[in-house]
Amino acid sequence: MSEIKEVREPELLAKDLELGYEGKALVSHLNFAVHRGEYLCIVGENGAGKSTLMRTILGLQKPMGGEVHYGDGLTAQMIGYLPQQTEVQRDFPASVREIVLSGFQAQLGRRFFYTKEMKKAAEENLSRMGISDLSEQSFSTLSGGQKQRVLLARAVSASRRMLLLDEPVAGLDPSASQEMYRLIRELNKDGTTIVMISHDVVSALSYATHILHVGKEMFFGTVKDYHRTRIGKPHLLGEEKTKSAIRLSHPM
Amino acid sequence: MQTIFTYMQYPFARYALIVGVLVALCASLLGVTLVLKRFSFIGDGLSHVAFGAIAVASVLQLLLQKMQQAGVLPGLAAMMKNTDSMIIVLPLTILAAVLLLRTGQNAKIKGDAAIAMISVSALAGGYLLMSLFSTSTNLAGDVCSTLFGSQSMLTLRLSDVIFCLILSAITAGLFILFYTRIFAVTFDENFAKAVGTKTSAINLLIAVMIALIIVLAMRLVGSLLVSALIIFPALSAMRVAKSFKNVTVLSVVLAGLSALFGVLLSILLSTPVGATIVIVELLVFFAMSIVGKVKRG
Repeated sequence: MSEIKEVREPELLAKDLELGYEGKALVSHLNFAVHRGEYLCIVGENGAGKSTLMRTILGLQKPMGGEVHYGDGLTAQMIGYLPQQTEVQRDFPASVREIVLSGFQAQLGRRFFYTKEMKKAAEENLSRMGISDLSEQSFSTLSGGQKQRVLLARAVSASRRMLLLDEPVAGLDPSASQEMYRLIRELNKDGTTIVMISHDVVSALSYATHILHVGKEMFFGTVKDYHRTRIGKPHLLGEEKTKSAIRLSHPM
Repeated sequence: MQTIFTYMQYPFARYALIVGVLVALCASLLGVTLVLKRFSFIGDGLSHVAFGAIAVASVLQLLLQKMQQAGVLPGLAAMMKNTDSMIIVLPLTILAAVLLLRTGQNAKIKGDAAIAMISVSALAGGYLLMSLFSTSTNLAGDVCSTLFGSQSMLTLRLSDVIFCLILSAITAGLFILFYTRIFAVTFDENFAKAVGTKTSAINLLIAVMIALIIVLAMRLVGSLLVSALIIFPALSAMRVAKSFKNVTVLSVVLAGLSALFGVLLSILLSTPVGATIVIVELLVFFAMSIVGKVKRG
């Protein structure tokens, strides 16, 4: 199995990327590859350019140098996206169902309206995220954890192939965070490629297959290799603790 | 009641009712998007631009009249004179909508400031043009009716009604066809763009539709009160309804009813049509606020 993986073309390939704002480079010489079914965590200090990297992968922003290649049949439309703290205004009148359904705009093509199949799939995504009972509720009245699950359901509606998640657990309480991590891992197990930005290095190490560390010191490789490096070291102790804590709270 | 029936026997009263309700219905469609995308400033700016455009159009028509009298290009002059001034006002307003959207999105001058500049200049320029060239003996009255709508809608002709019908059909049709995309872009533009929706095209469409609506509604309520017609029904509906679809449907219903009552009231009390409708919509807003409070307990 792993041999087949080696020869397979990566879904995402970043070559010598240089990212930044208004001529000032935040990151340069960024190289990494993501293969189908992998779980990549992007970690690094604040302001190191993680969100900029994600916007570049999505094509929302042009890189200052280098390029991002899509491969293995992936196109930009096949990437589902969970933005960092969507700035939805407080009184925005939108029901949970309407929001999850809006994920399907990626597949609208030349159609004007969502099809019956899309509506059915939206219901399935709602129940998958355990929020079927909220479908008629107004988004603005939900708790932080519920909101993130709605937005994850929307991202899944956009694509089951690859998900880009920008700090999906930021601001959530521990139990809501664990629930998000569990849902994301389930998706990954079912074959969805995950690319996630995280501040929570400890959890990142326990769920991800690959790590991209962006900052003064750069690293890209498997979680195993990350442990051997100097940047990976400080997190080792904490990781063991959390792992056992998770095992206690989630017997799997 | 008797009075209303008597009035309804005259075509002008029926025209007024049809035009009033249609305009209010269309204006309310994009209200939610305008309020939530902070596009309301565009609505305001555009109505001032449209005022300027009307001034330009009336001066042009005057000029053409003079040309015809002097025998210069008689054919063209005669043709242009007979066309509706809307042929000039509509494209100018649409152009301004596109420009305002651009400046609002990526200008060095802050969007709001740029719009304030453009709209105030259009107001001043328009007034200047009107006072320089107008042959009318009642300039203040002309300006007043452009700003606040005509004293009454009893001057409507059948051609106005048809023009209004066509524009309403176009706006409503566009809105229904692009409803899913308009929702997506209003709710989360970044996400929409990331998954491949052409957000700049949809934003352009929204701006053009706002321009259409403003030109349409300006005859009814005048350029200063247009924004009220667009924003009030949406704000009222948002007090009680929770989904985008329900808010849209409810705001259309509220707008239609408000216009109906507004027009009837203005006929009965001989008050200016536009102002009456806006006040009715304001009362509806208060009523909906109370309903919303009670509903939430």
